[in-house]
Parts: sequence; structure tokens; C-alpha cells
Amino acid sequence: MSASVEIQEAEDAIERPLLEIKDLAIGFTTSNGEVNAVRNAHLTIMPGETVAIVGESGSGKSTTALAAIGLLPGNGRVAAGQILFDGEDISNASEKRMIELRGNSIGMVPQDPMSNLNPVWKIGDQVRETLKANGLPSGPDDVAKVLSQAGLPDAASRAKQYPHEFSGGMRQRALIAIGLSCQPRLLIADEPTSALDVTVQRQILDHLDKMTTELGTAVLLITHDLGLAAERADQVVVMYRGQVVESGPSLELLQNPQHPYTQRLVASAPSLASRRIQAAKELGVETDDLLAPAETGVAVPSKADEILQIRDLKKVFKLRSGLGKSTDFTAVDNVSFSVKRGTTTAIVGESGSGKSTVAQMVLNLLSPTSGKIIFDGVDTSTLNSKELFAFRRRVQPIFQDPYGSLDPMYNIFRTIEEPLRTHKIGDKASREKKVRELLDQVALPQSTMQRYPNELSGGQRQRVAIARALALDPEVIICDEAVSALDVLVQAQVLNLLAELQSRLGLTYLFITHDLAVVRQIADHVCVMQKGKLVETGSTDEVFDSPQQEYTLALLNAIPGAGLMLPPEVEVA
Amino acid sequence: MPTYILKRFLQLIPVFLGATLLVYFLVFSLPGDPIVALFGDKPVNVAVAAKLREQYHLDQPFWIQYLLYLKSIFTFDLGQDFSGRPIATVLGEVFPVTARLAIMALIFEGVFGIVFGLIAGLRKGKFFDATVLIASLVVIAIPIFVLGFLLQFTIGVQLGWAKPTVSSAATVQDLILPAIVLGLGSFAYVLRLTRTSVIENMNADYVRTATAKGLSRFQVVRVHILRNSLIPVITFLGADLGALMGGAIVTEGIFNVPGVGNRLYRAVLSGEGPTVVSIVTVLVLIYCLSNLLVDLLYGWLDPRIRYDS
Repeated sequence: MSASVEIQEAEDAIERPLLEIKDLAIGFTTSNGEVNAVRNAHLTIMPGETVAIVGESGSGKSTTALAAIGLLPGNGRVAAGQILFDGEDISNASEKRMIELRGNSIGMVPQDPMSNLNPVWKIGDQVRETLKANGLPSGPDDVAKVLSQAGLPDAASRAKQYPHEFSGGMRQRALIAIGLSCQPRLLIADEPTSALDVTVQRQILDHLDKMTTELGTAVLLITHDLGLAAERADQVVVMYRGQVVESGPSLELLQNPQHPYTQRLVASAPSLASRRIQAAKELGVETDDLLAPAETGVAVPSKADEILQIRDLKKVFKLRSGLGKSTDFTAVDNVSFSVKRGTTTAIVGESGSGKSTVAQMVLNLLSPTSGKIIFDGVDTSTLNSKELFAFRRRVQPIFQDPYGSLDPMYNIFRTIEEPLRTHKIGDKASREKKVRELLDQVALPQSTMQRYPNELSGGQRQRVAIARALALDPEVIICDEAVSALDVLVQAQVLNLLAELQSRLGLTYLFITHDLAVVRQIADHVCVMQKGKLVETGSTDEVFDSPQQEYTLALLNAIPGAGLMLPPEVEVA
Repeated sequence: MPTYILKRFLQLIPVFLGATLLVYFLVFSLPGDPIVALFGDKPVNVAVAAKLREQYHLDQPFWIQYLLYLKSIFTFDLGQDFSGRPIATVLGEVFPVTARLAIMALIFEGVFGIVFGLIAGLRKGKFFDATVLIASLVVIAIPIFVLGFLLQFTIGVQLGWAKPTVSSAATVQDLILPAIVLGLGSFAYVLRLTRTSVIENMNADYVRTATAKGLSRFQVVRVHILRNSLIPVITFLGADLGALMGGAIVTEGIFNVPGVGNRLYRAVLSGEGPTVVSIVTVLVLIYCLSNLLVDLLYGWLDPRIRYDS
């Protein structure tokens, strides 16, 4: 190939989009025939540009991206349309051609750092084979260089470690190193940080930005987070049920969404601009407070008393290290706070901060090493088995994983009815009536009763979990990352439901989450935890408007899209 | 790691004592008088019988017999069998034969099971996969003595491809057919285990990531699918070595292999306590050691598993 042709090609490349997807349709063969996962998808990425596909799970965003690198699952195929990579249609390219392109022309950073590295090979080996497969020098120094470019400290010795010896953030850096090791022209980043803590997420994305800018790599970013997409991408493509519903420059699309789905997405995107979900709560409580003493004339406990007091709570775990030796690990260190009846207190922190350990101790599933948990005036560690049974009735949990916390063999009726049966409340007929009421309360149709968890969506399952928690008319509900596994729109619905139930039933919530945007929407008080210690507490407005600790500030700054200004009118859309 | 291995060896002591005690007790409880049985149809010579009883400590109570046996083990003198030959010599004759047979069976089931299982897994739902699955089901369903006689008759007698019985030297060539019969059941199991494991790993995220790196299909299969899939298979094969040694009785009977199973069977019939206990104890120890080997292999294959930490 002569030099002039190369120059000619280079000039063409500047004009030509790097990736162009035209009228793409992707079908999956299932036992019920062919299902269309993607229809009429189109998008264009110019060299060096970052384009984000935004959509909820099942919208076809990942499928579209996987088609571009020829990695559709076995039963999927491109049914129609074109995928032009640098002018070449690769939608039905041979496997040989795709192997040539993968790695050095199209790289990929996958979603889940925990499952995308082979557990039985050293990190260095997994980088080396990438370099080797694409004909690049692959000595130990080359491997170390690639890893250190991805921001992995001490890369040469780290390369000799196995994936399980890496933290989630480090694994993701290794995967980014692999994805960019052959300097591809296009990088497909499929939710590259959704499994990581917010602060780590920001570091990784910043680093990815820096690297792709230096290398001039175009990025196809797949995400469910509109804020993140707008912050990182030049162009945003919104997908909904397999179709592209809207696309355009990020800010423009965010500030002036045209399609109703995009408008809903923008409206429910949790960001710093959003406010506490306002139900009739305050009004209700205050009128009660004013009226109750006057009517009865005797002192009744104030509605705003402290239902839950945590005093100097400490939990030390013994970690085994070597023969018979053990080291102490303080998961929760002298934590004190209190929760007022009818309010929501959020505990926020990254994974490993001890927030879930606090929740487990409050639920009396784990006993504290020292310190006290006082529920409604009684120290919970002194409860005998009968009192504990009564305590369980008044304090109910909702857990993170709506897939794992429902018994797949129980239908929904049995799931919700189980706590009633356990506590021997009512007879069969009255229990059925109660289950129907509960389903109404969480806005699920009565027909749900006969269905099984696998027939429900994530949001529906979480509603079932809420109904089950409400079955015993509890006073306190502990939500351990209760909305973290849900898509933004579903998350907004569930948060609204929780706020509404709180105002109607006077519930007290202890909300454990890593997501400050969620805190802003639901909590009255915030406790920020870091490495087992309570670093900051205060009302939500205080903490958000004038954080006192550097750590809190770092957490706040890490919320994707925090700095983006939204026009006020989209909030009502 | 050394502390872990030492710990495992120390665990062998109670296993050894328990196994010998149990087997000794079972042989002791066998109905009938072994000395009387020795005379067969001939009339019993009372003086000779008493002499023999004394020689084999059969006149002593159970505990004394057992303790005397333990003593003989620790002085490396296992005593004699009923034909007067030292038991140590007998063990030295039969164990190498059975070990050869078991290792040949293990190689057969390992190589063919993994290769067929890998191909079936990679071609899940295709013709090869379906055929192999049905065939393996048939093999698992038919009892080994039926399969043994069937193969002995067709391959050994009718086709004459292999010797239907084994010479007293029990050479590798002699043992090919018995080894295949012995390994058939486990072969079907290894095949299915490999297949399931391959199918599971094919859909793993890291395999997709490996493909996205630009690796060829062959590299992906060899480096990322095969090694990960072999972890449960090798674990099974290691444990199976012990089972094959002990389980060779039927196969050895069919092909007349002069191995452990044959000798053990005869010793049980004639009530030779020390011989039975010696053979079984060695088998138990082999079983324990092959399990230890499996655990060490497992740690080597899967770096996530580390003992001593």
C-alpha cells in the first residue's frame, strides 16, 4: 500500500463516521419464536467522539452495542440493517474478520468487574494475551505499562495477582486496561461503573475520559443513568423498548426533551436539584400533635418522640489470619444517632462503611459488641424470645435484591401472608382480605396474588417485598438499599410509594443507601458513615447545602450530573 | 501449605484406626468357623485345628485379636494367610496389578470423557451432543457386570481383538479391555460433568470479554473455557482413583485379573481376618490419600482456594 493511498484513506476517515448503525433490527430466537430486541436503531459516532446510549434494562441498549462488536448471544442475530465500521458493513461479517477487528479496532469494557475477569488466571496473563492476540509486544514491561496507564498503582507486582485479590475498582481499571491496551479506534463501554461506589465511579470515569481523549478513541457508552450520560457524552441516544426514541447533543436533549419517555427520564433522574418527595406528611403529623392533647386532655406520647436510639454502637468481627490467630476488624465504631417517629433517617456510605452492619444490628439479626439500641424505650439486647417475637412484628426489613429476597416457590399471596400466619393473626378469610388490602396499598393488581416472583418485574417484586413488610403493621421499616437495584423510573415510583405510605401510616424509615441522590428525595435526616465511623449527621438540607466534612463533599460531588443545570419546568413533565 | 498437609496426615490416624477396627469386627462377626471350613469335606483333626487356632489367635477374644493385629502392623509383620504365605507378600503381588488396572481405567475415562464432553458442550444441542448424551445414559444405566460380559464376549471371544481373560502376569496389553470396562461408568460421568461445566463456562462473562479482546475461538476455548471447566472434573477424577481401586472386584472377577478384588473376595469367603483387614486398610489409606491429592490439586487449579489462610 503506497503512502498516498494511506493519506487519502486518512482524509476519508475524518469525513466519515467511525461507526454508523442504520435501521438495525436484532432478533432473538426463543421457544416462543423470534423476539425483536431492537428495531430500527440508528446512531452515528464520529472519530474521537463519545456517544451514550441511555435506557432502562431491557431497552436493547446493550444488545445494540454487542452487535457492533459481533458478540450477540448464540440465539441472537442481526435481522436487518447495517453496522458500518469505518465504512465497512460488519453486521454479518465473518468470525475471522471480527477477530481481526476485536481488540485493536474495537475494544470493550464490560459491565461487571466481578465476573468479567477469569478467576483462575493472573491479571497480568489476561492483559498479556490481549496484546499477544493483536500482535503487540507482550513482555512483562509492556503489561505493566498498560496497567499503570489505566491508573493501577504498582502495576508490575499487581500483574502477578489474581482477580480475587483486587477490589472492584481495581478490577475495573484492569478491564479498562485490557479494553484500551491495543489502542482501538472505538471503545464500547457497557455500564463500566454501575457496579462501583460513587466516589470510585467518578475516579474511573475521569480516568477513562482522560485516556480516550489522549488516544483519540471514540467511545460508545452504555448507561441507564441520564445524568452520567449527559456529563460524559457529546451525543445522547435514548432507547426505549428496542427503539431509538430520541437522540441529539447531550445538553440540548436534557434541557429540551421531546419524546414523552425522555421527558419522564429527565423528570425522575435523581440529582441534586431534586427535593424531598412531598406527601401530606408534615401536615398530618402537625395537626395530630396540635389536636391530640387538647382532645384527650392527658399527656400522650408526642408523635415526634425518638422511637429508635442508637448509643455508642460498636461491632468487632474476628478475622481469621493464619493458624488460630485472628485480627479484630471494627466494622462499626461508636455510632450514635436517634430516629424520630414518623421520619426518615438515611445512613449513607460506600461499601464497607458499616452501614448494613448497623441495619442488621437494629433488626436484631446481629448482636452488637458493645453499645445499646433502644427501641421505643426498651434496650433490644435485653429482649427474651417472646419479646423479640413482638419486636420483629414492629420492625420490618426491606432488602436490596428483590430477586433474592422472595421465595421463588411461594406465590405472591403466600409470600405476603406468611408473616401474618407466623404471628397467628386473624383467620384464613381475614388474612386474605388483608393481603388484598396490602396489594392495593402498593398499587399491585389483585391478580398478582396467584403469580410467582419469576413472573414479575424487579419493580413489582420490590412492591411485593414492601407489602410483605407492611403486613404486620410495623412502626419502623429498615430499607437496606431497597431501591438500588431498580431502574431510575421504577426507583422513582417506589420512592413515591414509600413516601405516600409514610404519610398515610405514620411509618418511620431507616434508609440504608450508597446513593445520595436517593437520600435527597426521601430522607429528613442523614448520617454519613465512613469506615465504621459516623462522620457527619444533620438534616438533609444541612448536609446537602453545607457539608461539614470533606468526605461528605466528595460523596456529593461524585453524583453523576451534579453540576448540570436543568430548567425547572422539566420537573413537572 | 506444609501445616495443612501435616494436619491432613494426622487426620489419617483416626481414620486408619477406625477402619481397621470396623473391618476387623465385621470379619470377626462372620458366621461359621474358618478353621473348620479349611478342612473342607475331610474330617476335622482336633489337634491340628487347635494348633491353627492358636497360630492365628482365633482362640482369643475380639479385643486381644485386634490389638495383636495392630501390634503386628507396627512391627511390620502382617502375619500369614491361610496358605502360609506372608500377607505382606500377597499385598505386594495384588496391589500393583490393581493399581495398573485402575490407572489405565482413569486415563481412559479422563482422556475420552474430557474430549467428548468438551466437544458435546461446545456443540450443545447438535447431533454429536445428542448422540453422546444418549450413549452415556445407556452406559450409566446398564450394570457393569452386564457390560463386562458383553464386551468380553463380543470383543474378546467373537472378534478376537483383545484377550478375553488376563494372564497371571497381567501386562498392560492384557488389561486394556478390563480397564475400559472398569472405566466405562466413570467415563460417562466425566463426559457429562465436562459437558455441563463447559456449557456453564461458555456463557460466563469473562469468556465474552476474552472474545472481545480479539482472541481466536481456539484460544478462548483452550485458555478460558477448558481450564475453568476442568476444575470439577479433575476433582472427580482424583476421588475416583480410590473408588476404582476398591471397585475393581466385579471387573477383576469377570476377566480373572489376579488383583486386589479377587484376593479380597477369596479372603472374605474363607474368613481370613488379617488378610481382609490388611487389604481393606490399604484401600482406605489409598482413598484418603487420593482425596488429599484432590484437595491439593483443587487449590492449585483454582487460585481462589488457599489453605492456611
